[in-house]
Amino acid sequence: MTRDIQFVLNGKDVAITCDPLKRLLDVLRDDFGLFGTKEACGEGECGACSVLKDSKIITTCMVPMGSVQGCEIMTIEGLRETARGKCIIEAFADGGAVQCGFCIPGMVIAAESLLASNPEPSEEDIRLGISGNLCRCTGYDLIVESIRLAAKRGNGLW
Amino acid sequence: MAKKPIGTPMRRTDALTKASGAEKYLSDMHFDGMLYARMVRSGIPRGTITDISLPPLPDGYRFITYKDIPAGGNNELVMIKKDYRCFAEKDVRYVGETIGLLVGPDRSVLVDLLEQISVSYEEQVPAVTIDEGLACKGGAFVGENNLFCDFTIHKGDIDAVLADAHRIFEDEIITGWQEHVHLETNAALVMPDGDKFVVYASAQCPFYVRKSIAGLLNRPYEDIVVRQTTTGGAFGGKEHFPDVLAGPLLVAANVIKKPIQLVFDRHEDGAYSVKRHPSRTRFKTALDEQGNILGMDIDVVYNAGGYESCSYVVLQRGVFHATGVYNIPASRVRGRAVATNTFPSDAFRGFGAPQTLFAVETHLCHIAAALGVDPLALKSKYFLRQGDPTVTNGHVFEKVVIPEMLDQVLQASGYKQKVAEYKRGSGKGIGISFYNHGGAFTGNGEQMIIKAKARLHKRADGFVEILVGSTEMGQGLQTAFTKIVADTLGIDEDKVLYPNPDTANVADSGPTVASRSTMIVGKILEGAALKMKERWNESEDFFTEDEYKHPEGHPWDQVTFQGDAYIAYGWGVCAVEVEVDPLTFEVVTKGIWSSHDIGVPIDELVVHGQINGGIIQSLGYAAMEKLDFHPKKGFKQVGLSDYIIPTSMDFPSQGASLVHNPYPYGPSGAKGMGELVFNGASAAFIDAVSRAVDKDIRAIPIPPETLTELMA
Repeated sequence: MTRDIQFVLNGKDVAITCDPLKRLLDVLRDDFGLFGTKEACGEGECGACSVLKDSKIITTCMVPMGSVQGCEIMTIEGLRETARGKCIIEAFADGGAVQCGFCIPGMVIAAESLLASNPEPSEEDIRLGISGNLCRCTGYDLIVESIRLAAKRGNGLW
Repeated sequence: MAKKPIGTPMRRTDALTKASGAEKYLSDMHFDGMLYARMVRSGIPRGTITDISLPPLPDGYRFITYKDIPAGGNNELVMIKKDYRCFAEKDVRYVGETIGLLVGPDRSVLVDLLEQISVSYEEQVPAVTIDEGLACKGGAFVGENNLFCDFTIHKGDIDAVLADAHRIFEDEIITGWQEHVHLETNAALVMPDGDKFVVYASAQCPFYVRKSIAGLLNRPYEDIVVRQTTTGGAFGGKEHFPDVLAGPLLVAANVIKKPIQLVFDRHEDGAYSVKRHPSRTRFKTALDEQGNILGMDIDVVYNAGGYESCSYVVLQRGVFHATGVYNIPASRVRGRAVATNTFPSDAFRGFGAPQTLFAVETHLCHIAAALGVDPLALKSKYFLRQGDPTVTNGHVFEKVVIPEMLDQVLQASGYKQKVAEYKRGSGKGIGISFYNHGGAFTGNGEQMIIKAKARLHKRADGFVEILVGSTEMGQGLQTAFTKIVADTLGIDEDKVLYPNPDTANVADSGPTVASRSTMIVGKILEGAALKMKERWNESEDFFTEDEYKHPEGHPWDQVTFQGDAYIAYGWGVCAVEVEVDPLTFEVVTKGIWSSHDIGVPIDELVVHGQINGGIIQSLGYAAMEKLDFHPKKGFKQVGLSDYIIPTSMDFPSQGASLVHNPYPYGPSGAKGMGELVFNGASAAFIDAVSRAVDKDIRAIPIPPETLTELMA
C-alpha cells in the first residue's frame, strides 16, 4: 500500500508516494539524499536522526511517513542555511563540541530546539535539552559549553 | 610576534563539515549498481552445522559462504595469528559467528530472506564464563586447556615474601564486558576495480584490513586497496573487527563483481561485535606487622571468547599494568587468556590495562579499609618515582609528577576535608585513583614489528599533504598532525591537508591504536617536515619521508617479558564524589576532578575533550554499562534501550587539569593520551561508592539493582 504524502522539507513543498509506514529517516536519506540525518540506534534512544517537525524535535527513526502529511520538516541541511543554524555550528566548532561527529547534526538540532524555547538556558537546562541525544566521545561537557557559547553569541537570534 | 605555544586551541579541521552534516560516512556512500548485504550467523554457542536451508532466492540475490573462496585462497582472517575464520565451515564457536553473506539489491527483501534461512546444528555444551572456560566445560576447543596464552612475570622472590609475611590479604576483583557504542555502527563496502578491489571501511587501521583479507583471494596486498572512510567513533572496536566485515564482502565481490555495502544495524552491532575482555584478578598480598606491603602475587584471567584475535597482546598490557603506579617490592603476575564460546573479546580503549588497574586500585582500597587507614595514605607510600624498577624489572625513565597532579586534584576536589566530613556509610563518599598507561607498542614492538614511516607531499599549489595510514576516528588526530606539520614548517595550518588514508598512496605509519599516533607518528612527521623545510624553496613538487627511530637505552626481551615494557607513560589522578540514596541505592555523582601528565598537549581543547569523554566512558563502565550473557543466546543488552551508556544528565561537568612534563622523544614533548584517560575514573567511582555505603565492592559494573543486592 502506498500513499501520496505532501510536506514541507527545508522550506520547499515536496511530495512522495510511499508506504505510510516507511520511516521518515529512510525517506530523508534514501529518497531525498539528505545524509546529515544519521541512524545510530533505530529505536528512538540516541537522537542522531533528530530533525525539527513543526519546530519540535523528533527522532525520525520512530516517525512513519503517514504522520508527516502537511508538516514542516527541517533537517540539518536546512538549519545550516539559517542564521541560527550557522551560529550553533560555528559555536560547536569553536567550543570543541565535535569529535567523531556522528551524533553532532542531531545535537545541533537539539540545540536549536532548546534555544528556540529558552534563549538563555542554564547548564542544567542545556543538559536536559540534549538528554535525548547520546554522544560517546565528548562526555558532553564541551557540547554543553558550545551551546552556552551559541546562546551568548546569538544575542537576539532566538 | 612571539610564536604561540602549539597547545593553543585551533578549530578542529573536521569540525565544520561534521557539525553541518556535510561529512560523508560509509552508510552515506552510494555507487551505481551497488548491492547490500546481511550476515547469516550462528544461532548457537557451540556445535556443528548439519544443514543450511535457503528459501528460493530471487534473481540478483546470492548467498555467499566459505565455498565461494577461490582455489588458493584461505578461509582465514589474518589478525595476529591465523586463528580467526572468515566463514564458519562445520563447527561454530559462538553465537554470531559468520556463516554466510546474503547479498542483493533491496535491503528489505534481504531482511525477509534472512528470516527464511534456517541453519540446523548438532549442539554441544558451551563454556561461557571464565570458570567454565578454565574447566574446559564441554571439552577443550582450543589446545588441551582452552588457553590462548599463559605466562608469568617475576620481580624478586615472591614465594619467600609470602612465606615470611605477617599477613596475607587475599582478594578477587571482577570486571564485565563493555560495548564500545561508537555511534556509527560497523560498516564496510567492497567494490571490484579492474583487476583489484577497493575496500571502503569505517576502520582504525587500513593496512590491517589489507593484510587480513588479501589471503582470502590469494592476492598480494597491493591488489586490495583500503580507503578509510570518516569514522564515527571506534575506541578499539574498529581495530581488527572491520576485517570480519571486509573479508566476507571481498569474497562476495569477487564472485558477484559489483560494489557491495554492509552496514550493521545497532542491534547487530550490540549482539555481534567484539567487546572489552571480562576479567578476574586474584591477589595474595603480603603485609608486615605494620601493614606495609611486601609483595603481591597476582593471577589475571581474561575471557577472550571464541578466537584469539589480539587477546595475547591485550593480556600482556594488562599484566604489565597489574601493579599500577606503585613500586611493589616483589611481585609475580600470571596472565591467562581463556577461550570461551562467547563473541571474541578484542581491543577497547585501554587495551587490557583498565581491568588490572581497576583491580589493583580497588584491592588497595580494600587493604586500607581493613587496616583502618585512608586509601590515599596507603597508596602514597608506594608511588613510582623516576629510576624505580617496574613490574618487568625495567625502569621508569621520566620524572613522575604524581605529587604535582595529586596536589591539583586535592585542591580542586577538597578531598581531605570531605574525607574527614563524610563518615564511611554516611551515604556520601569521595574516592581517588591513580593510573598510568604505557605509550605505544609494548617493548621494542615499534622498532621490531611496526617500523612506522610517514610521508609528506609538498605540492605545486603550495599545499602540504600528510600521507600516513593513521586515521581520524574522532580523537582529533587530523588536527594534531596538521598542527605538528604546520608548526615544524612554520606555515599556516590551512596550508596542510590530511585526507583519509588510502593504502595505495600513503606510507604505512602503523595502526591507529595504543595511544601511539601523536607520540610516535607525530614525531616521524616532525622529522619529515624538517627535511621538507630544508628543501622548501624547490619549485617542483616533492615528497619527504622519515621513519621511526627507537630511543636507545631501553632493553626489552619479548620472550621473557623483561626490561622496559614501555619507554614512556602517561599518568593520571582522578577523584570522584558521590551520594548514594539509602533506599534505592541510586548513585548520584556530585563531582569529578582529574589531572594528567601527557607530556605537552598538542591542542588543549582536543585534549580537554578526550579527558572528558574518556572519564565518562570509564564511569559508565563502572556505574551502568551492564552486559549480561545468556549461555545459549549471547548478549542480552543489544540495543541502546537496554545497554545503558551515560547521557548528559548522568554526570556533572568535570574539573580537569594537566601537569606539563615534556617527553624528549615526542613531537613538541607530547606523549600518548587517548587510553590513559579511560584508565582510572572507574576505580575512583567505586572507591567513593564503597565509602558511602561502607561496603567493599569487588565487581563492576554496579548499577543500582546490583548495589541493592550487595547491600541486602
